[in-house]
Amino acid sequence: MENRPLEYDYTVAKMFMLTTIVLGIVGMSIGVFIAFELAFPGLNTIFGAGLAEYTNFSRLRPLHTDAVAFGFTLSGIFATWYYVGQRVLKVSMAESKFLMFIGKLQFWLYVIGVAAVVVSLFMGITTSKEYAEFEWPIDIAIVVVWVLWGVSIFGLIGIRREKSLYISIWYYIATFLGVAMLYLFNNMEIPTMLATSAAGETGIGAWYHSISMYAGTNDALVQWWYGHNAVAFVFTVPIIAMIYYFLPKESGQAIYSYKLSLLAFWGLMFVYLWAGGHHLLYSTVPDWMQTMGSVFSVILILPSWGSAINMLLTMKGEWQQVAASPLIKFMVLASTFYMFSTLEGPIQAIKSVNAIAHFTDWIVGHVHDGTLGWVGFMIIAALYHMAPRVFKRELYSKSLMAAQFWIQTLGIVLYFTSMWIAGITQGMMWRAHDEFGNLAYSFMDTVDVLHPYYALRGTGGLLYLIGFFMFAYNIYKTMSSRPVEESELQNASPMGA
Amino acid sequence: MFHWLEKHPFFFAVGVFVVIAFAGLIEIVPNFAQASRPVIGTKPISLLEQAGRDVYIKNSCNACHSQLIRPFKAETDRYGHYSLSGEYAYDRPFLWGSKRTGPDLHRVGNYRTTEWHENHMKDPKSVMPSSIMPGYPWMFTNSADIDTAYATQLTNAQFFGVPYNKPVPMKDGSTTVVKMADSVAQAHAMALEEAKKITAKMKDQDVKDAVAAGKIPEIVALIAYLNSLK
Repeated sequence: MENRPLEYDYTVAKMFMLTTIVLGIVGMSIGVFIAFELAFPGLNTIFGAGLAEYTNFSRLRPLHTDAVAFGFTLSGIFATWYYVGQRVLKVSMAESKFLMFIGKLQFWLYVIGVAAVVVSLFMGITTSKEYAEFEWPIDIAIVVVWVLWGVSIFGLIGIRREKSLYISIWYYIATFLGVAMLYLFNNMEIPTMLATSAAGETGIGAWYHSISMYAGTNDALVQWWYGHNAVAFVFTVPIIAMIYYFLPKESGQAIYSYKLSLLAFWGLMFVYLWAGGHHLLYSTVPDWMQTMGSVFSVILILPSWGSAINMLLTMKGEWQQVAASPLIKFMVLASTFYMFSTLEGPIQAIKSVNAIAHFTDWIVGHVHDGTLGWVGFMIIAALYHMAPRVFKRELYSKSLMAAQFWIQTLGIVLYFTSMWIAGITQGMMWRAHDEFGNLAYSFMDTVDVLHPYYALRGTGGLLYLIGFFMFAYNIYKTMSSRPVEESELQNASPMGA
Repeated sequence: MFHWLEKHPFFFAVGVFVVIAFAGLIEIVPNFAQASRPVIGTKPISLLEQAGRDVYIKNSCNACHSQLIRPFKAETDRYGHYSLSGEYAYDRPFLWGSKRTGPDLHRVGNYRTTEWHENHMKDPKSVMPSSIMPGYPWMFTNSADIDTAYATQLTNAQFFGVPYNKPVPMKDGSTTVVKMADSVAQAHAMALEEAKKITAKMKDQDVKDAVAAGKIPEIVALIAYLNSLK
């Protein structure tokens, strides 16, 4: 037993790979659709006046954000965990019937949760809190899924053969703890049926309805502490976990610096949560909190760039791989977009810049160069690396992968450039006064001027979506039509022409 | 120390948790002691207004409209006095929004009328020719959920001490009492009374007929809410 190489069991990883792709297509398609709705409002009723209630921008927007954040991204995180976890801890899921059961249970509950979210958002059942729109029954389901994932993480760690925890595991643990803390506190709510039954009347109103525990400014404070750090613990920390595993594996290069990893990890953990206040600059939150949010956002550049530089320098002396392999290209550009996005964010958190940027499309642009460039590219790269090993088949097409890379990169560039121009134009027009001290523009003037940028943004999103379909096709063909690989290569993924 | 932590997952997790929880303790907790004090003139929301707020949330109006006027000359010129913390003391959840695809609405009740809202929700282009907002015609036929609004009021009063049926100070030195119903039946009657005042200024005959017949379409509740934003 001890002398045989480990056979890892990828059953659960495969299941989550599937949801990553399916929910990616769903979330991104809705995103492209609503982007074009803003440019061409006629699209709101394209499916008929009867369905307009469900196809209006306002109803679909939360569906888009939740589908990509908690559908696509979270599936990607789970898929990579069930792959990476076994490998760096040197233990197979097949060794524990219990952990295998937990993994499958987590998957199926997750799928049920996703279905409940989709239905409830279409129905307009929402608590209105961004990225936490779900009512309490779904919140409870989400907590159960999360606890199951925690059992899986710590269970696998408990039976590990590798004594020391690899960097990726640090980040997965942090993701688990961070999201658990944020989600629980932000979703504290009282179901209205508790109050009505206490008043002696049962069954008044919707049974799933609830009211936030926090009011007004406090509610905003908790919400943006959550909202900002959902970015930290869903869009940053677990994606770093991925790149710390997949980039060295794919390139055959060791991580550039262990010390830098340490500094970046603990720095990120400590600094990130302070920065949430930057969503509330010039609001009714106390001034000292706004200043803290602003200052810590700028400090946040250090640990963020620490990770990003560590990733890029991992390729030191091996840059020819970037030219040769589209898979490496995805990861290197992901790191670059991470640097870009974590510089842009702090700039927007500076008070004077925020006065122009807040409430505008520049923020939307910032979110998307992070999510499309960093999160999207890294998850795509991770699945490309996993596919030949999980399915024991050569990747279907290298040239399709390269074409996808360039189409999607062009899409991201169109997206963020158009949103930069749109956002800054909007912000400048809102504040402009004429020589008599009157407002120079009406609100409608600013809406009119944005039309071309909205059209361009939709086009950028569409290119990214087309690339994602190419990705889905490439993975599908890999699963179904390539010859079986006899042995697994140490680093670079085997690819077809 | 770090090497040791990497071999002891439990202590590693504890370490991570302490480090990430630190910021929340320092930044969030102090505000809970003071931020919920209402400013003078802030009163609890009426039943029909509450039902309208639920319609606002149901359709994610907050995805495109903010309710937070920042302290800049351009904003106070455009929307009115900048927002104060105490004005939100009874707002559960808060509806500040994060993006202005459309204008701010925090004081929209000061400069838009019932009739304007009616036209705007039915066909935005009829009042704003180049608006990119879609119409919400189903609000004219869907019924507002008065039961849930009443349950919300009950919860607010019982759990959070929102002063229904109690005098609250107004800006002119007087006091106002916002009444809450004693039963669901009474709640419906109260909401209908409020609705009749709104529909008196509306044009849509179907909506008028519905209210006359004892029903309350969503649009009536929504307009009541929007009118209350001052």
